[in-house]
Amino acid sequence: MKVGIVVFPGSNCDRDMHHVLRDVFGFDVQYVWHTKPVPAGTDAVVLPGGFSYGDRLRAGAIAAHSPVMSDVRRLASEGTPVLGVCNGFQVLTESGILPGALLVNESLGFMCQWTDLVVENASTPFTSMMHAGQRVPIPIANGEGRYYADEDTARDLQRSGRVVFRYADGRVNGSVDGIAGICNDGGNVVGMMPHPERAAEYETNPVDCGPARMIFESLASCMPAQQVSHAGYAGAAGRGIEEKEEEARSQ
Amino acid sequence: MSLEPSELDYLTSRLGRIPRPAELHIVAAEWSEHCSYKSSKRHLRILPTDGPLVISEKGYDSGVLDVGDGYVVTAHIESHNHPSAVEPYGGAATGVGGVIRDILSAGTRPVAILDGLRFGNPRTDPKALWLFKNAVTGIADYGNCIGIPTVGGELEFDDSYAGYAMVDVAAIGFGKRDRLVRNHAEPGDVVVLLGGPTGRDGIGGSQFASDSLETEDRSAVQIPDPFVEKLLIEAVLEARSSGAIHAMKDLGGGGLSCAVSETADALGVGITINADAVHAREGGMSVEEVMTSESQERMLIITDGGRGLQAIRDICSKFGVSHSVIGVVKHDGMMRVTSERGRKGGGGGEEGVAAEMPAEVVANARLLDLPHRRPAYLDGIEDVSCAPHAQGGGGAADYTDILHRLMTSPNIASRSWVYSQYDHEVGIRTVVRPGADASVLRLDNGRYLAVSMDGNPKHCYVNPRQGAIGCFEEACRNVVCTGATPIGMLDHLQFGDPTDPGVFWTFVESVIGISDFAREMNIPCVGGKVSLYNETPSGPIKPTPVIAVLGLISGDDGDGGGGSGGKRAGNSAMQRMRARPEDGDHVIVVGSTKNEMGGSEYYEYIRGVVGGRCPAVSAAESRRNSGAILDITRRAGLSHMVHDCSKGGLAAAISEVCLGAGLGCDVDISRVPRAHDDGAPSRAMPDDVTLFSESHSRYVVLVPDGSLREAEGLLARSGAAHARIGRITGGGPRGRIIFRSSGGSSGGRTVADLSVDKTRREWSGMLGGMVHGA
Repeated sequence: MKVGIVVFPGSNCDRDMHHVLRDVFGFDVQYVWHTKPVPAGTDAVVLPGGFSYGDRLRAGAIAAHSPVMSDVRRLASEGTPVLGVCNGFQVLTESGILPGALLVNESLGFMCQWTDLVVENASTPFTSMMHAGQRVPIPIANGEGRYYADEDTARDLQRSGRVVFRYADGRVNGSVDGIAGICNDGGNVVGMMPHPERAAEYETNPVDCGPARMIFESLASCMPAQQVSHAGYAGAAGRGIEEKEEEARSQ
Repeated sequence: MSLEPSELDYLTSRLGRIPRPAELHIVAAEWSEHCSYKSSKRHLRILPTDGPLVISEKGYDSGVLDVGDGYVVTAHIESHNHPSAVEPYGGAATGVGGVIRDILSAGTRPVAILDGLRFGNPRTDPKALWLFKNAVTGIADYGNCIGIPTVGGELEFDDSYAGYAMVDVAAIGFGKRDRLVRNHAEPGDVVVLLGGPTGRDGIGGSQFASDSLETEDRSAVQIPDPFVEKLLIEAVLEARSSGAIHAMKDLGGGGLSCAVSETADALGVGITINADAVHAREGGMSVEEVMTSESQERMLIITDGGRGLQAIRDICSKFGVSHSVIGVVKHDGMMRVTSERGRKGGGGGEEGVAAEMPAEVVANARLLDLPHRRPAYLDGIEDVSCAPHAQGGGGAADYTDILHRLMTSPNIASRSWVYSQYDHEVGIRTVVRPGADASVLRLDNGRYLAVSMDGNPKHCYVNPRQGAIGCFEEACRNVVCTGATPIGMLDHLQFGDPTDPGVFWTFVESVIGISDFAREMNIPCVGGKVSLYNETPSGPIKPTPVIAVLGLISGDDGDGGGGSGGKRAGNSAMQRMRARPEDGDHVIVVGSTKNEMGGSEYYEYIRGVVGGRCPAVSAAESRRNSGAILDITRRAGLSHMVHDCSKGGLAAAISEVCLGAGLGCDVDISRVPRAHDDGAPSRAMPDDVTLFSESHSRYVVLVPDGSLREAEGLLARSGAAHARIGRITGGGPRGRIIFRSSGGSSGGRTVADLSVDKTRREWSGMLGGMVHGA
């Protein structure tokens, strides 16, 4: 399966996502620079975390207008799996692909801490291997991670099963209904504030990497023809992070 | 902004003519204490810098260590004290940015930041909390945005920093050895300036930092832009991978003056700069301003004028990084600055030459040989002692309240309020997070890098030499606790006005101590920095050497490891690092406790006493104990935790273990190995000394029942003083941290008894509460 990782100026979790997708789960991964089209034949798109455009104006606001976003919008409407993590989620809401907005945390500061998610919707391409109610130990790291939607939208999200993840501790940052992740109508576009790429390896997850791994395993499983290897996972998992610069350069 | 009369004479004689105005500014910047190390350099030469893993290359701004399999780790440390004291947000943020570029200039990707913060006593210094809060926000906003995790550091409050701020930043880089930039330049190569525009911020910053802080000159503080830094990092690394970079230098203190003269001098070439070509933030800047501006987020790159330059232009265009071709490399060894516009004060020379001096002259200030004399305050300071605290009835003091106050004091309480604002996981290398003794990063070759940064101005004030050695040993201990072998260190030497012979003596003593211990332990100094003129309205700061130690853990040492399937068991090193304290673990103390209360938190914070015997390191004991700890940590399952014993002594160390894990303990302090200064066992020791002495080379080790025999056997063979003093007990609402003493005639009595839950809440909420005025 070919996965494209969109890189905006200021993205900074792109290399982490690349490592996990390629070295841990064996996906065929490509960086997509924000001025370039998404290559034909891309089976899934990931918008990684970071500070696109230095969070100027609002987190994700400028990146939402990058040239690449017209392709992302088209693929999203065609049913291609799209995952936005952290700043990627912010870009998805800023571009209107997902409803709502991400506001400054209730603490008014940046929060980097581990928390538990509860899976609400286990039928998206990123949660199909999970089950509703499942807990996922995962870290958050953001300053503007408080999900907000007006009452009607929030009710609609709830009714239509489009809340994908909630915080087990609903008060962690003041999100409406404790929402940590949502999806679009089609269920193929998922945005989430926590970082699954930081939770998917034994070395980086101090609690249990099993649940967060299922986010990537779900993606692998949604294309049955695809053989996803776990070979990269057997060795020292840190191996290969540095190589990403070569990849970035070659495209 | 001027030269001393003797320096002006020296410059005039070296040039053989009267220096031009622009030349004076350039030289004044480069010969500032900050850039030239003119006071400190002759003393720094005693530091050992060679080692089997050290890679030396001309013109590097960071130390380079070979970590095997074709990979290198780079490291550097800097401070931004003066700017942070004036404008803590921007000062601390640009401190991060500056040291990051030192890592970048070797051609390695910055992968971690550590920051050491020191402020005045929040109880008496009205500025302390404002400086603290904004420095933390500055570091967070900058480090988080550029996507480099802040994985560790330290925080301390002390009266001697009243109204002042100490912001030390260490950065770690990682890369492939064969991609290191091998600095070289050929005549005809071009000089390109990349990054943010040059503006009027940070003008004369290095001279500002080379003076006592008397005026709050905000224009000398640089303005941070982390987004530009992030773009610069990616552009520079891509340029490095393309092979276009012949030589590279960060623009830091002294701006272009420093970067150009030092590069030309290091590479043995001449460089001619056209000041008019520099992309500027505003029009009308004079040559002097362009040459001494310390605007941030700039790098100097030397490349060939053909394909190299084209590659750099393309990369800059991709990332939207501004750049200008500002000069050319010559063979004549001259640093030349031209300007055709006849700007104010510039362009005075023929053909618009504003400056024309041998780079070697500019880059090498005449070194000073400042007098140093033992300051009078040290007379008798180590003889100070205070009688054991007497509280509670019958002479048997109860330390419950004191221990509680210590654990919830600004210097000992949990640092989580600080590090939870830092993204400490981006980059997905962090396997041991802040809050532990040392933070650990995974490397691409299956090894792990442990890093710790430590200072102790209270000890250093009482005994500058032993205090500095102690900081060094503490950083080593912290790294050893993770199972890592120290491979290199960075020293950051921060003192007051060096022209005060007493202050300068404390500097010289520190360097001697650090150098002696480095040789003794075979740990090379791979980088460092000196920051002088750290003066507050009430006098010099306490001597503040800060030492960062890097340690290496090989992933496959010891036994165990392997495993397969979805949840890989991980290698043995990883298993050890994930182990946590458990109810029932045995508490073993390794190392002797001595009556060394000088500069302890107990004396200073609780008893209000400055002085007493400073903890002293015995190299033999240090080696023996750290060797024993490494043996223990390298056997899978032997220990659940190893924790360094430092601030607040043994009582604080054991309490920290319990509070971190939410567990209790029941330990008998009369079993703690105690010794006289000469190492001979000591029977009698007041309880407060046993609890709170800050003797070095001590570790708290938690051993599960099943491993007790093996662990104790190993310790016995090592010859390290050690004793099993109690057990870890359950947590929850009924969990207690209990220290007893069974010694003497009293049978068994409780010395201190804290509630785990209540103390844990206060310990973890203390800093946040203090800042938010709770």
